[in-house]
Amino acid sequence: MLEITDLHVNVGDKEVLHDINLRIGEGETHALMGPNGSGKSTLLMAIMGFGNLTVTSGSIVFKERDITRLPINERARMGIGMLFQRPPTIAGLKLGKLLSATSRGLSEEDILRYARSVNMDEFLDRDINVGFSGGEIKRSELLQLKVQQPDLVMLDEPESGVDLENMALMGGAIAGLLEKDIHMVERHKSGLIITHTGYILDYLDADQGHVMIDGQIRCHGNPREILRVVKEKGYRECFRCPACVRV
Amino acid sequence: MTKDSGEIESLSEEDRERLALTGLDLEMTNRCGSFFQIDQDVVHTSCAAEGIEVIPIAAALEKYDWLADYAWKAVPRDKDKYTKYVARQEQPAGVVIIARKGSRSIMPLQACLLLQRGRVQHVHNIIIAEEGAEIHLISGCASATHTERGSHLGVSEFYVGKNAKVTSTMIHSWSRHINVFPRSAAIIEEGGIFLSNYVCMQPVHRIQMYPAAHLVGKDGIARFSSIVMGMPGSHLDIGSRAVLAAEGTSAELVTRAITTGGTIVSRGHVIGAKNGTRGHIECRGLILKDGTIHAIPEIEGQLTGTELSHEAAVGKIARHEIEYLMSRGLDEEEATATIIRGFLDVKISGLPAVLQKQIDEAIDKAESGF
Repeated sequence: MLEITDLHVNVGDKEVLHDINLRIGEGETHALMGPNGSGKSTLLMAIMGFGNLTVTSGSIVFKERDITRLPINERARMGIGMLFQRPPTIAGLKLGKLLSATSRGLSEEDILRYARSVNMDEFLDRDINVGFSGGEIKRSELLQLKVQQPDLVMLDEPESGVDLENMALMGGAIAGLLEKDIHMVERHKSGLIITHTGYILDYLDADQGHVMIDGQIRCHGNPREILRVVKEKGYRECFRCPACVRV
Repeated sequence: MTKDSGEIESLSEEDRERLALTGLDLEMTNRCGSFFQIDQDVVHTSCAAEGIEVIPIAAALEKYDWLADYAWKAVPRDKDKYTKYVARQEQPAGVVIIARKGSRSIMPLQACLLLQRGRVQHVHNIIIAEEGAEIHLISGCASATHTERGSHLGVSEFYVGKNAKVTSTMIHSWSRHINVFPRSAAIIEEGGIFLSNYVCMQPVHRIQMYPAAHLVGKDGIARFSSIVMGMPGSHLDIGSRAVLAAEGTSAELVTRAITTGGTIVSRGHVIGAKNGTRGHIECRGLILKDGTIHAIPEIEGQLTGTELSHEAAVGKIARHEIEYLMSRGLDEEEATATIIRGFLDVKISGLPAVLQKQIDEAIDKAESGF
């Protein structure tokens, strides 16, 4: 599904991601962990193709096509979708209107049904993210992804700002996006999830975990095991853990 | 004076389309009354609403002696050379609308002014809403397709009586050599509401206007909303002013300005002259191509019991907003147009849906120009 090889990414003149290698197979979900500012969000944005980032070398291949230089919207149309941690507020643009514009073929009833499923049906007439709480922003993002139905679902801290009650709702909806109800052999959707707390992993199993420190993926391993070590010893110690594979 | 409405039927298809851009509904569906003036000739007046009269000003001044007390009260006749020119005319043109006490029409009245052959079109309108009356006026002003040069001088005086409500939505559709000088003012009595909306999304040579609302009765409300686009060669100097001259009055002045190379000066002035008054000015400008947006908000408080504020922002579309929409699958052009459309989306509370729709349509039709 996604294959990143020897990727180096700059913000302006400064290299922020160094020699990233990551492979996500069809139907797999990967968790990306690491301290604040280590470059996790930057990696998601580089995969999405944001203009403030420059790929200086290496490649991103999605569905066997090199997308390293493709515009954002073409990546989206190929099936990459992203839940933003801090999406912009866009005054005057109604959530419902954006959903209609991006849904490609879904009926108004379908959209309403999706909106109800994440308790956002009363927000369709609201300007995007204007005055939304943290949890509402996340549910709005999730709703947009449900409508978009991406094959690679990238989630940037889906649990931050979400209260416990809504956590189960978010978790269930994300599991749905990733076809967790389907047997692994039949599953097509893949996921890349940034998580600090790992709460989201209670609702969906991640197949692999990666730890990013200082713009590098420093170890791979069982996501729960990584979380356990991080909770006990912190990130600096985590890549000494025997469960991890050193790069 | 009043000609046969056959004049309307003889209009070219192009001119009909231009008028439709300003909201003129030739079929009269969704309209309760109508006034149509081509150059200096009134070609049509009608009104189906009970208690509401629509009369050409010349006839109205003959019919009602008392009207003389209203003429040039809100707008002084010697305000400037344009008002002097209009006041000097022996044959005044324009419309008088009188909504009698308690009369009410949700359906709008339309006034259409077409500049066709004349070099100067002068108009003097007087709109009177008596106690408790409610009227909604949509005035479209346009120049005919082949009119290359000309000036439009329009004086409009609004008298909003006790607990009356008047909304005035003006949509302009000129061409690049036309000069436009509207001179409007409103006097708002106790509990009265005056909403003034202005839309200009088409090219023009020069527009200069600075309408004022004088809130002279307790708890009156005035709201000005302007949505304007400045294309290359256009110079729009547009302001609005509210004088909070009675306790509990409030005013809000909202502007959305887009330049694609033209110059827009957006002025606003709120004067808090009595206690318990509130005023706010909001101007947002979007520079799509190098041009000028110059916001000049003025707030003038004269005593402790007034609360006035303003916010103004001018800039380009944020790149991350475009990219956010692109990440949902919209291409760059669609994403940009979606954001601009949102930027211009000023929902005006208290405006009938049919008029909001008219405003939205005027904006939608201009979208190809972005």
